[in-house]
This record gives sequence, C-alpha cells and structure tokens, in this order.
Amino acid sequence: MTEKLTQKKEGAASEYASLQDKFSEAVSIEEGLDCPLVMVAADSIVEVCHVLKSEFGFEQMIDLCGVDMSEHPDFSEGMQQFEVVYHLLSIQHNKRLRVKARVGEREMIDSVTEVWAAANWFEREAFDMYGIIFNHHPDLRRILTDYGFEGFPLRKDFPLVGHAELFFDEAEWRCVYKPNKVENRVLIPKTWPGVDRG
Amino acid sequence: MAEIKNYTLNFGPQHPSAHGVLRLVLELDGEVVERADPHIGLLHRGTEKLFEYKTYHQNIPYFDRFDYVSMMANEHAYALGVEKLLGIEAPERAQYIRVMYAELTRILNHTMWLGAAALDIGAMTMFLYCFREREDIFDFYEEVSGARMHAAYFRPGGVARDLPEGLLAKIKGFADTFEGYVDEYETLLTENRIWKQRTVDIGAVDAEAALDRGFSGPMIRGSGIEWDLRKTQPYDVYDQLEFDIPVGATGDSYDRYLIRVEEMRQANHLVKQCITWLENNEGPIKVEDYKLTNPPRATIKDDMESLIHHFKFFSEGYHVPKGEVYAAVEHPKGEFGVYIVSDGSNKPYRMKVRAPGFPHLQAMDYMARGHMLADVVTILGTQDIVFGEVDR
Repeated sequence: MTEKLTQKKEGAASEYASLQDKFSEAVSIEEGLDCPLVMVAADSIVEVCHVLKSEFGFEQMIDLCGVDMSEHPDFSEGMQQFEVVYHLLSIQHNKRLRVKARVGEREMIDSVTEVWAAANWFEREAFDMYGIIFNHHPDLRRILTDYGFEGFPLRKDFPLVGHAELFFDEAEWRCVYKPNKVENRVLIPKTWPGVDRG
Repeated sequence: MAEIKNYTLNFGPQHPSAHGVLRLVLELDGEVVERADPHIGLLHRGTEKLFEYKTYHQNIPYFDRFDYVSMMANEHAYALGVEKLLGIEAPERAQYIRVMYAELTRILNHTMWLGAAALDIGAMTMFLYCFREREDIFDFYEEVSGARMHAAYFRPGGVARDLPEGLLAKIKGFADTFEGYVDEYETLLTENRIWKQRTVDIGAVDAEAALDRGFSGPMIRGSGIEWDLRKTQPYDVYDQLEFDIPVGATGDSYDRYLIRVEEMRQANHLVKQCITWLENNEGPIKVEDYKLTNPPRATIKDDMESLIHHFKFFSEGYHVPKGEVYAAVEHPKGEFGVYIVSDGSNKPYRMKVRAPGFPHLQAMDYMARGHMLADVVTILGTQDIVFGEVDR
C-alpha cells in the first residue's frame, strides 16, 4: 500500500518536473486524493498559470474559490488566513489539476483573468465572500450579496445568522436593514471521531 | 437635431424571459446591444455557509435546490464527492438506479429548457407539449422518493431505497413512447422557418472562446468540442453503457437546440439499457456499513444495534476523513462540480459548488454584443440558465 502511494507521488512530481525547475522555490507539487495539487507562492500565480495553460495544456479554468483556513485543525498562528483554490481542466490531455495559493487578510493576489476570461466572476465571488483582493482585476465588485452589503459572509468569524435583518418600513415605504435579533441555534454540535462526547 | 445617446435598459428582475431573477443592465444603441451587465445574486441564499453548519447527511436536500429543474443530477455530484472522501463505492444496483434517474433527470431538464426557451422565442405550443412529459417523470420521482421535485434520493453510499414494485414497468412504458414525443417536438421546431430565423447564427461562440470562458456541457459541445464527462471521465456505470454524444459545428443557438434534442434521445436510450439491467439483477442499493448509511427500517424493531446505528446516523451523522476532493458530473447543463474540504468532523469544513450556469451567464456580455435586443432572450434561453445554481 505505502509502496503504491510513493510511486504515485513520484508520478505527479515527475509529470510536473519542468514546472518545478522553472519556478523552483515558488511551487511545490503534491499528490491529491483525486488529482495532483500544486502549491504556488501568491506572487507568481499568474506566471505559473500562463505556463500551465500554454505548456501543460490546461485550457480551461473550471473553478476558483476561496477557503478560510482560520479554524482548520492544520492552521497555526502566523499562517496566512486564506487559500485561493483553482481547479483546472485539460481537455486535450483529459486531466485535472488543483492549484492553491495562500494569502493573508490584508494581502493581494494577482488576478488570472488575463489567462482565462472565466476567472472574472469567480474572482468577484471570492472577493465578495472572503474579501480577498485580486490585483489588476478589471471589475472587482460584489456579485452575490445585496447592493451595499457589509462584511464577508463566508469568513469563519461571520456568524451564520448574519448581522442585519431586512424589514419593510411602513413610514418610509421602503425596505430597511435593522440589527439582527436572531440567535444562532446549534442542534448538532461538530464532533470528531474518537473524542469522548460524554 | 438632438444628440442621440446610448440607452440603458433594465431587463428584469421581473421579466418572464429572465428565467427567474436576473437583472440584466443593457446598454443599447438603438436596438443593438452595446454592453450587457448581468446583476446576479437576487436568489442568493447562502447555501455554502449553511453547509458548514450541517452534517453531511443534512446537506443532501440543499443540493436539490441548486438547479431546481434537474434535482437528482445535483445530488449525484455530492454523493460521488463524499463517497470519494470516504473511500467507498456504491453497489452496482445503486449505480444503475442512479444512472437511470440521472438520465431521466436529463430529459426532465431538457424538456423544461425546450418548453421555456421556445416560449421565450414565441412558440407557445412547445411549452404545453414538454410539460406533458415532465409530469410523467415527476410521477417517477414521487414514486421512488415521495417528493415530486426535491427528492433527496441519491445518498453517499447508494440511494435512499430500492425501486418500488411495478415502477420499472411504468418507466419502460414511458421510455418506449418518449422517442415519438421527441419526434413531435422536432416536427414543430427543427425545420420551422421562424424558429430558424430566430436561432441560426445567434450567439455563436467558437471553440477557443468556449474554452477560455469555462463553458461545459451542451454549450461546449455546441462549439464543436467533443467533451462529455460521462465518456471522458466516467463515473458510476456510464462506461458499461452505450450512447453517443452529439457535437455541433457552428456554436450558435440552433446547434445548441439540436444537441439538446439529440441528448434527450440518447438519455432515453440509456434509460432503456438501465431498465434491462435492473429487471434482471437484484442486489443491495446502499453500502451495508451502518456507520455510513441508515439500517433498514424493519431491523430497528427487534435489533438494538440497528436502533443505535439509526439514532447515531440521523443525530450525529458520520465522520468523513480529513482531506479535500473535487467531484464533477455531466449535469444536463454542463459540468456540475462539488469541492469538499473536510477537517475530519461530521460537518464539511468548506463546500464549494461549481455551477455550470455561472460561467455561462458570465459570457452573456460576450455573446450578446452586437445582437439585437430580442436576441438577448434567445441567447439567455439557449444558455439554459437557472438561478438556483447561479446564485446558490
């Protein structure tokens, strides 16, 4: 079993060896559960994506999303809070690849819209949900939340019930936001296997 | 003479051809679209946030509500993703049931699409014809899951329960007649002069642009790229079934129409193959590991261990090993993917849904530029947009 796994690891590393040579420190290649994973330093993301598109044939960017790592068990103090996860698809080679870059709360990452036009809205969504700022993005507005929404809803410190409630104000004859009075209910607590739950 | 400026028009959010709640800000020069800026999010329900506070089992019904016209196809992606993380595989009978229902769902989606898109363009009869067949499929949904639309039937590890007696014969009856219904649709539209005038060369996308803009499903096949996840990255039992994938030539709205009609025939063909297999083979319909699936109802009555498993399954849920996975299916609209990050607990740490409609709608601006205002409706129609999945 372990032998098989190590062989697989070498497979991904040798497949992307030229990428490793080109960017040395900036990338590291791992074997994932479903597809290889390339960790990229945030400041070289655009160059890596250009190479992946032109030399490795990843002509489609399928998905881009943010992940807030601050409550993940692997997270430790001093690490950057967010991960930006890119899922790429090569139609000519029938392969998938996951690319990840880490950014902190007040850091910026370059936009990959110049590589794949599809990234535009996905980056807007990541900005909307996590407040990750994409540098050189042509049109970085909020996309899914309401006009004038405050806060970044998918961050782990944003409560599930939100901060504001919407009411219809009879006197003003329009909808107004009021501070939230709803309290968060936890019906099923989050548990880990093997932990004594009393 | 007064200076004529570009005119800005709000298309939607309340507009019968906006397919839900799309606010499309159009900049017009006369009747020609200069720029289209879709404002989405009016149906945003924060499902991805809710996922993080619900157990894996509680999350299943949320998937029905993404693309609410092809419910089981959404669940399929989720079930495959969780199975991949758990390292299990559904029993063969469950896989055949899933494929059969996934293909019925494809017919369900495409009939809805054909009816609504034709209605947008002005062919009223199509809507009535298509809803006749949808009704039959809703009955099959109801018989197997108890719900006409939001089934929650595909579960990680299999399906909720086995097919009730007599259902296969009913589905067979439907599959035998459906081919004739598709012929009926085609007599109304395929060679119809008005239909062709409204769709040929409207919203054409070439192969390069389709790749660059993240198209998938009938949209990318319309542009001439032979790509179908059921063939290229087969899941469940698709690799054991026989079917063809239609590919377009010009990438315009008419090609996409032809592809979807042919996909209905192919889906029907797949349903028939599944029926034949299911008639002759019995077997379990979910993984018999009662930490991951609920035990049969009858055993709860006299077996204490089953009762405990039942209670634990529905209260605490099951723990999913730490890791991350991306699972995608060939949804009727394109590639529907789920990215799950698990931290080892009973609730997902982060779950991102990759909806096919999201990049398609993003290309609205690209596709509509230079077309007439009335063509915006055609383009929106043939993109097959449903806001449940775009806004999430």
